[in-house]
Amino acid sequence: MGLKSNLHNLKEKYKGTKMAPAFNAIHTFLYLPNEITHNGTHIKAADDLKRTMNTVIMALIPCLIFGMYNAGYQHHIALGEITTKANGFLGASFWTIDNLVVGLWKVLPLVIVSYGVGLAIEFLFAVIKKHEVEEGYLVTGMLVPLIVPIDTPLWMLAVAVVFGVVIGKEVFGGTGMNILNPALTIRAFLFFAYPTWMSGDKVWVHGAVERANQIAAGENVDAISGETILGSLAQNNGVLGYDWMDMFFGIIPGSIGETSTFLILIGALFLIFAKIGSWRIMLSSVIGALVMGLIFNGVVSSGWITESSKFYGLMSTEFWHHLLIGGFAFGTVFMATDPVTASQTNKGKWIYGFLVGFISIMIRVFNPAYPEGVMLAILLMNVFAPTIDHYVVQGNVKKRMKRLKAKTA
Amino acid sequence: MSKDIRIKKGLDIKLVGEAEKTIENAIISNTYTIRPEDFHSIIPKLVAKEGEQVKAGETLFYNKENEAVKFVSPVSGTITEIQRGPKRRIDGIKITADKTQSYVEHGKLDANANAETIKAHLLASGCWAFIKQRPYDVVANVEHTPKAIFISGYASAPLAADLDFTLKGKEAELQAAVTVLSKLTDGGVHVSVGVTANSPLADLNDITTYKVSGPHPSGNVGTLINKVNPVNKGETVWTVNAQDLIIIGELLLTGRFNAERIVALVGSSVKKPRYFKTIIGSEVSTMIYDNGVEQDGNDRIISGNVLSGKELNPDGNLDYYSNIISIIPEGDDYEFFGWNKPIFNKISTSRALTFSWMSPKKKYDLNTNTNGEHRAFVTTGTYEEVFPLDIYPMQILKACMYKDLDEMEALGMYEVAPEDFALTEFVCVSKQPHQKIIREGLDLMLKEIG
Repeated sequence: MGLKSNLHNLKEKYKGTKMAPAFNAIHTFLYLPNEITHNGTHIKAADDLKRTMNTVIMALIPCLIFGMYNAGYQHHIALGEITTKANGFLGASFWTIDNLVVGLWKVLPLVIVSYGVGLAIEFLFAVIKKHEVEEGYLVTGMLVPLIVPIDTPLWMLAVAVVFGVVIGKEVFGGTGMNILNPALTIRAFLFFAYPTWMSGDKVWVHGAVERANQIAAGENVDAISGETILGSLAQNNGVLGYDWMDMFFGIIPGSIGETSTFLILIGALFLIFAKIGSWRIMLSSVIGALVMGLIFNGVVSSGWITESSKFYGLMSTEFWHHLLIGGFAFGTVFMATDPVTASQTNKGKWIYGFLVGFISIMIRVFNPAYPEGVMLAILLMNVFAPTIDHYVVQGNVKKRMKRLKAKTA
Repeated sequence: MSKDIRIKKGLDIKLVGEAEKTIENAIISNTYTIRPEDFHSIIPKLVAKEGEQVKAGETLFYNKENEAVKFVSPVSGTITEIQRGPKRRIDGIKITADKTQSYVEHGKLDANANAETIKAHLLASGCWAFIKQRPYDVVANVEHTPKAIFISGYASAPLAADLDFTLKGKEAELQAAVTVLSKLTDGGVHVSVGVTANSPLADLNDITTYKVSGPHPSGNVGTLINKVNPVNKGETVWTVNAQDLIIIGELLLTGRFNAERIVALVGSSVKKPRYFKTIIGSEVSTMIYDNGVEQDGNDRIISGNVLSGKELNPDGNLDYYSNIISIIPEGDDYEFFGWNKPIFNKISTSRALTFSWMSPKKKYDLNTNTNGEHRAFVTTGTYEEVFPLDIYPMQILKACMYKDLDEMEALGMYEVAPEDFALTEFVCVSKQPHQKIIREGLDLMLKEIG
């Protein structure tokens, strides 16, 4: 085959030069390399890191597509251009070309900037440090646009990606060495550097910020509210008329990919079936969140806080609704399970996941500035994951010491 | 007395090219080569000189650190070449065989001999080389007394030679060998046999047998040790390959070192996979080309199984410990979109568009392609699924990589051999060389701790 042998010749030509990692990254994207085993096992299983990462991306695609439609839908409904609410997942006014066009127009640039900037840095570091381009960013690059508000300016995203990839990952040595989840590092950077673009009641629906600016400039137009359910609950304003079906299917405002618990659940089942995502982390995290939710419900029903409390709205939210609103489901399935930054032992995964869920809901309820906790909870537990693993592994070490003592005693 | 050991974690790799249960005599090899590298960590001190005559069982070289540990010639003949590598390292000793074989008479061993006499007899005759030790997976240290001796009579590795078949009819030799070995330890000789198998080992005296079942590595001796009596710091256990018991047994019964061995020729590149009777050190070309391996085919010849064997050149030789030669196609070709298209013809433990989970009984024709490039450790939990030992595989591998001796010791390095990490290496998404990492870790410990 012409292409195959031409690429092979090019690979030989670039071998040993600075361009080799960059060329190989593109080459191996087209062709599984001709590398063979030498010593050790002479045969190898079919999976490599590219396949693993690709599987996660496949699980994310439904969320991305849904996110595009939802971006358009929320925009149009806020403008009053859609008058009949989409009822349920197959609502006629939801899956329209109009909605998709708005979504494509707003979401695709975010995806392109995220991948473009991130991969450029990966290639740059690979060339400088003379190692192959690692695949970690393939997933990060897809996660990033899904966890930001729709109107996030592209330059802001680019700056955040640079920060997240360099400080969050490359300084530690690249994929596999990082302590914090890179996608969440990028989001945390945005959150702390540009808080007005990452929270409040304007950023979650496309056009709301623009409208607000027009009004401030004296134009006579109606304001668009782009409030999320969590934002409303945090101000004790109820759930904005959404029922749990809306929340489950995700026809609500929020970060682009986080809203549809239904599609996230399908992605989770796919990842668990493919044995790529850790069911231990997902399950224990859900348990942790439900336990925290039940505790808060208990506090409310025993009358320890009253409706006048600023925590009443979120604390009185039915415990299982916490799984449906905000970014909890998305974070649990796609971010907490990142194998590099999560606990690496099976026992550790149970503890880590439980605490992610538990602390997510705790921060969500008690954070006065920003009524969502999953990002901070995962980042916090990323830091503690090695400690959890340490104690799990020490259990094994102690068993060995005990055996030795029993022998020598 | 027999106990059951059942493991759940592991992976049976089913490949095309299992040996048919018939034994042929291999063409008699003209030359035999013994390679000191088969005896890991031994520094050879040559006794034999080029041009000299040797008998079968005569010393070729001994261990520089302990002169008593001798390594002997498998055949009688003339030493025609001492192959040397860089820094005059001895790579191989090539012997051109005589037409009629003559043996060194080592004499029979007195049935009531004590441990010291037994040791001296095994050392003098070259049979000591068949006794390996853990920790470190090297030829056993003569000065130690093992807390127990372990033998696996059940081969679960891909395409492995069926020990029930190759040991059949050798009960007398096996019995003689295990009886003598049982006198070298207070902890007994522990032997694993397959649960459904009809092993000649099962009815021997002086041993404890264990019926093992479950996927590979249920037949690895490391699994047996871990489940029966794991090695603690300061302790030693010995292991012997079941097929080598025959050579030890024959020495004890006849006084001769007879290096004959039944070897399985297997793999998808072999047209007629079957068993051969041959001799340690034979040229593999005497077996493979008459049996449907193409002379100029692009194949990988492996002395040993496909998971932990040694790569051979076509003019290579059967190594000292292997009872199997595996030949599989090389995989030095590109595969278009091989990283994301659905895969039906390769084995995988995941289900990430890999479909080997749908046909668990299918036999695969795998080649030597790595199916991806080397990466840092990323995924977690995959090794644990195929690793039955009570050890954290990724953590111990990382400890070996950053050379933390205390941590290696604490995590169980004394218990493992490279072959225990063959399956984790097979499934590794990051294509890390696990067995090499463990081997280097063990070498470091051997050097620093001893």
